[in-house]
Amino acid sequence: MKKKTEGRVLSRKCLAPGIFDLEIETCLAADAKAGQFVGVYTKDASALLPRPISICGVSDDKKSIRLVYRVAGKGTEEFSHLKEGDDVTLLGVLGNGYDTEKIKTLGNSDTPVRALLLGGGIGVPPMLELSKELSAAGVKVISVMGYRNSDTFLLDEFKKYSDTYVASEDGSVGTKGNVLDAVRENGIDFDCICACGPMPMLRAIKEFAGEKTAFISLEERMACGVGACLGCVVKTAHEDPHSHVKNARICTDGPVFEASEVEI
Amino acid sequence: MIKTEVTIAGVTFKNPVMEGSGTFGSGMEYSEFVDLNRLGAVVTKGVANVPWPGNPTPRVCEVYGGMLNAIGLQNPGIEVFCERDLPFLSNYDTKVIVNVCGRSVEDYIEVVERLSDEPRADMLEINVSCPNVKEGAIAFGTDPSALSNITKEIKAHTKKPVIMKLTPNVTNIAEMAKVAEDAGADAISLINTITGMKIDIERRKFALANKTGGMSGPAIKPIAVRMVYQASHAVKIPVIGMGGIATAEDAIEFMMAGATAVSVGMMNFVNPYATVECVEGIEDYLERHGITNINEIIGCVE
Repeated sequence: MKKKTEGRVLSRKCLAPGIFDLEIETCLAADAKAGQFVGVYTKDASALLPRPISICGVSDDKKSIRLVYRVAGKGTEEFSHLKEGDDVTLLGVLGNGYDTEKIKTLGNSDTPVRALLLGGGIGVPPMLELSKELSAAGVKVISVMGYRNSDTFLLDEFKKYSDTYVASEDGSVGTKGNVLDAVRENGIDFDCICACGPMPMLRAIKEFAGEKTAFISLEERMACGVGACLGCVVKTAHEDPHSHVKNARICTDGPVFEASEVEI
Repeated sequence: MIKTEVTIAGVTFKNPVMEGSGTFGSGMEYSEFVDLNRLGAVVTKGVANVPWPGNPTPRVCEVYGGMLNAIGLQNPGIEVFCERDLPFLSNYDTKVIVNVCGRSVEDYIEVVERLSDEPRADMLEINVSCPNVKEGAIAFGTDPSALSNITKEIKAHTKKPVIMKLTPNVTNIAEMAKVAEDAGADAISLINTITGMKIDIERRKFALANKTGGMSGPAIKPIAVRMVYQASHAVKIPVIGMGGIATAEDAIEFMMAGATAVSVGMMNFVNPYATVECVEGIEDYLERHGITNINEIIGCVE
């Protein structure tokens, strides 16, 4: 059940320049899973729409969620000043999330499914919760995270759940280049891909995946976040039961789609 | 006992609170947040004779105190609407106003005729005011003779009460209201969005793929109140007022300006409970002021 609700900031950290980490106590955590997102409201009446931010973590007791985001405008700028104990208004839980049960079926039955997680830039945070959930489900997780430079926020935390590789645009850590450069350089084999990042990266991953299933998490300007306004659509390969015009709603039919199903 | 019913063209609504077409789908998405039975009416997203794909993305952006949208009237077409959306709404004790869009007079008539046999459609709202599609819609709402013609054509093809939804993107709203009334409209609703533009100065690009979009939200409310006042004083038919309504106080302001009913639009996106909060807030206001019949406040400010 979706709701608009008050949460409370438990902690706030700066992980890298412009990258912030909020732990928020909220009833929304009870139903939250990897790949889903919440809408975060500003306290500025001139900036009304909830800001969609992906869930980076759900606490083991299901009482809090973790949001790691980049300051990109006046909403996220305001959130970067939140302090422990502050109230924050949330809309959630939004979006479909990753289908762990389906991912478990994508290998051959003799060995654990090998899921390759690819995160680029601010697409890294949702991959962390996914690596945790998949490893708990018995999936072999290989994480390849891509950054601009040596500000490799969250990277160490992936090591707990996965074999972890890194790429950086400036070559300061790991493979110089993008996540696919790192996959090729390290000869990584896999059964399926889960990815979140900028659109050029997702397009390249769609092509790279070939016959293998790739789940990609999309982003678009959103208004309602609940599927009513039809603001955040993506062209799809097949007619969907809602729009009938091959326009899936990223906020509700997604944000996670099989790459073969979307035209990006 | 406080009376909150209002009547428009023979249709009685349990209260004057509706939502603006296009901000609420057909109610399915928001039924997770609010009890649709509490609303005076559900006003559905514009529906055409055939499915419309809408505009490219980005379709929405935020602006100071509101937003711009250029969805482009994406809709699944009247057949899917009648098979899926109307049966869903049959589960609720609320009135249903079906918003109709088209590119030509013939498109509108096809939808209107298809709805004639649908008992669940209590009223029709004719969208002659969407600023985001190249043909039809706003072209009918900005030219007095085109507005008159389409109103007459639609009235000739349906027995259901017809609301003409007007655009604020005109010089003289009172004249357009009068044109709709003279052509036989049973009611008018206003305002649709105000055409706007936003430029992303970092990327040197328009914020919307469509370049222009319709502005909605609290920032446009004073314009909407003024236009509802002018329109309602120009005609005898009822006016449904909207434009930036967020609270019961806003809704009451529109009613005092002359609106018989009111719609919550963009603010549904900000507060999914806004419609029912307006219903409850209006009841509180009436009680606090000792008003026993809501109709007393309609147009009370002269």
